[in-house]
This record gives sequence, structure tokens and C-alpha cells, in this order.
Amino acid sequence: MGKIYVANRQLVRPGDLLAEGDVEVGDYTYRVGDKVYSLILGLASVDDNRVAVIPLEGTYFPKEGDIVIGMIINVGITNWVVDIRGPYKAVLNASEALESFNPITDDLRNYLDIGDYIVAKIIIFDRSRGPILTIKGKGLGKITEGIIVDIKPSRVPKVIGKKKSMITTLIELTGCNIIVGQNGRIWIRCPSKKVENVLVRAIKKIEAEAHIPGLTERIKRFIDEELRSEEK
Amino acid sequence: MIEKPVLIKEDGTRHDGRKSEELRPIRMEVGVLKNADGSALVEFGRTKVIAAVYGPREIHPKHMTLPDRALIRCRYHMAPFSTSERKSPAPSRREVELSKVIREALEATVFTDLYPRTTIDVFIEVLQADGGTRTTGLTAASLALADAGIPMRDLVAAVAVGKVNGVLVLDIDELEDEYGEADMPVAMMPSLGKIVLLQLNGVLTPEEFKKALELAKKGINEIYRLQKEALTKKYLSYPEE
Repeated sequence: MGKIYVANRQLVRPGDLLAEGDVEVGDYTYRVGDKVYSLILGLASVDDNRVAVIPLEGTYFPKEGDIVIGMIINVGITNWVVDIRGPYKAVLNASEALESFNPITDDLRNYLDIGDYIVAKIIIFDRSRGPILTIKGKGLGKITEGIIVDIKPSRVPKVIGKKKSMITTLIELTGCNIIVGQNGRIWIRCPSKKVENVLVRAIKKIEAEAHIPGLTERIKRFIDEELRSEEK
Repeated sequence: MIEKPVLIKEDGTRHDGRKSEELRPIRMEVGVLKNADGSALVEFGRTKVIAAVYGPREIHPKHMTLPDRALIRCRYHMAPFSTSERKSPAPSRREVELSKVIREALEATVFTDLYPRTTIDVFIEVLQADGGTRTTGLTAASLALADAGIPMRDLVAAVAVGKVNGVLVLDIDELEDEYGEADMPVAMMPSLGKIVLLQLNGVLTPEEFKKALELAKKGINEIYRLQKEALTKKYLSYPEE
């Protein structure tokens, strides 16, 4: 059994000593001999004999299986190039969007054009190749209504919450439809402009105060108050 | 010929009133630029440096891509208004060299192999120069990297030790650098006890060198503490209810 020096949810910085000896280590930690250090600016996550760090900052890094919200930035003969706010451009092949497609008679611009947003899933990504997307599947495809809100990708887990608690709260209180992309883009569809404004403010509040405990309760109160004052 | 100023007074204090082992007043602030992924402003006395980090992001031009790790690009630059006489904004030989040594110091701490085929751009802009700009710049750059959420082994803290009138002094400024006998910038990853930058301009005996390094370590530990404080402060500044 090793020694863990940090408390759960404590702020840690790169190079901070987290633990010593025989402990299990999670993401964003590294070992030098017997000692375990933090790799990144974040909050420590301590569980029994296991220590990990949850980052507070950082750009989106793609992962296979992630649902992301992307914007078309280029249209090719048989594929689209998609911006997913990561360090790599993603590619969506026509075969992953359309049932049958003939590049001689058909133009991809008729289906998705530059500036269009899509909900997509990353099907292939590794160190040597950029991410490949698909929009075939339940809940995937072109976005035709609602608005997109950008947040820091590191705040995505907070917007979803433990066992989806936060997002369920948001949906229940506002009656909006919310889809969160792992890359920090959120697609919302609301019954009215007023509710939409409140929801956007609530999401921005989550983004700003993600590291302060008691977030769900605070957001609940915030939405209640805002909705009441909007109705007046 | 301008007369050499009194650098060490009779009571042992320096021309600005500091003791030989005393740092200048230090101020650090993290997240000062909104556009950048990470940024920091660091002041050592009258030296004032701002650092901005972008990335990991796509590399342009494409041919610079490294297949197995991220490329770190670093630009150290002095603003034309940073010195008493206007400095040409074109990168000088000195700035190109400092960009290189700072980049190499940062490469030692960043986990570049986590982000293949990308780049991390570091911009260091000296707003006001009064000696020790490379160490201040490096201190700011490492804070900006941490603020950008880039995985790194440790923060990098740096300070220069000099020899003035035969006395070893910590954190030398412009005047002491100009009229002193030696200038030794040191940068370390303090938690790991590793040196990532060490230069020496002038002459020190082996004994003096050892002493100077010890003195630098002392200063670095203090700077490291302030760096950590600055990073923490960014997250505590939000209003609690």
C-alpha cells in the first residue's frame, strides 16, 4: 500500500507530487522511480489506492468512438473535410454519409456544404492517421435547427455530470433538447428564445465554475431564478 | 567614458538596495490573453515578459510535421520599446539563439510524444527589459504551457546568478550584467531536480561555480513556489457564493 499525498478534488499542477510507493495510477500522472507526479493542471481524483488527474484545460484530442459536433470546411469529390476543434482535420467519406453515391453524376455539396454542422462519430483514429467520421447511426447526421454553443473541451464531463446527472437536470428544467459533443460543442434546441438564452447562460456558468463543488445545486437554483425573471 | 557605477555598497547591499541573495520583486499572472490557449505575464523587478501558447494544433507549413511527436516552436522576441534605445523589431542573432535554448529547455519538460503530427507554438514577448529576460521568459513560457493544459513533467523555473565586484549575487539586472564579471542563467525542473538550461558568460572558478549553482537553486525554489501560487490563484479568483 502506497501513500497518497493529495485529497480528492484538490487542485494539482504539473510536477506536483501525488503519491509514493505502491499505488494504482490513472490518466495524466507519471512515475519517476517510486514517486507519482501530476502531468497537468487539473483536479486530483483519489479513490482508495488509486490516483488520477482530471484536466482543467486543454484542447480536444480525438478518441475512437467519440460523438463530436463538426463543421464542414471543405468539400471534395468523394469526401468532406470536417473541423472538430482538434489538432487534426477529420474526414467524412461519402460512403459513411450516403447509401449510394456516384461521383460522376452527383455533387457532394447537394448534401453537405461548407459551414454545415454535423453530429458525427469517430470510427477510426490512431497516431498515424487523422480521424475518420461517420454520420450513419442513431442520432447522427446534419444539424438543421437550433444553435451551437462552444465550451472548453475539458468541461464536457461537467456538463454531462456523474451518471448524466447534470445534463438530465438541464433537460428537465428547460425542456430543451441537448446534444453534447465530446469536442466541446453543444447543440441545443429549445421551445423558445427566452429559454434558450437561459440555457446558454447556464452552460457558460458550468464552464466557468466547473472546479467549485456543489455545481448541480447551484445550476438548478440559477436556472429557476433566471426562468422566473425571464417570464416577467 | 562613463564611470563604473557602485554595484556593491559598503554595507554589502546592491545598487538597488537588495542583499546579495535576494530576488527582485516578482509578480506572476496566468491567463492574461483570451485568444491564446495558455498565457502568462511575469515581472522580475523592471523586467516584464508576456508568453502565449497555442496548441497542440495543426502544423503549417506541413513539411515540418514530425510523425512521432509534437513539434515545439518557440519565438523569443523583444519589443522595439522594451529597451531605452529602440530595438529593431527584426529578430536579431541573439534572439534566434535564445529562442533555440528556451525551446530546448521546454522540450525537456513537455510530453511531445502524446501529440504526433501537431505543433505547440510558444511566443515570448519581452515588453520591458532590465536583465534576466531569458529566465523570465522561460518562467512565463512554462506557466503558459501549464495554463494551456499541456502535459509536462514539471514547471520550469529560471533565474540568473552573477558575479559582481567578486561577490556572487542572485537575479542580476541589466546594470549588474553590464558591469559585472559573470552572468549565469540557470533553469530547472525543481520537483525532479533536473537542470534544463545552464549558460555562463564570464569567468567563475570551480568553487564559485558550485556556489553559484546552489544560490540559483535557492532562487529557483522560491520562483517555483510563486509559479504554483499563480496557477492556483487563477482558479480561486472566481466568486464563491
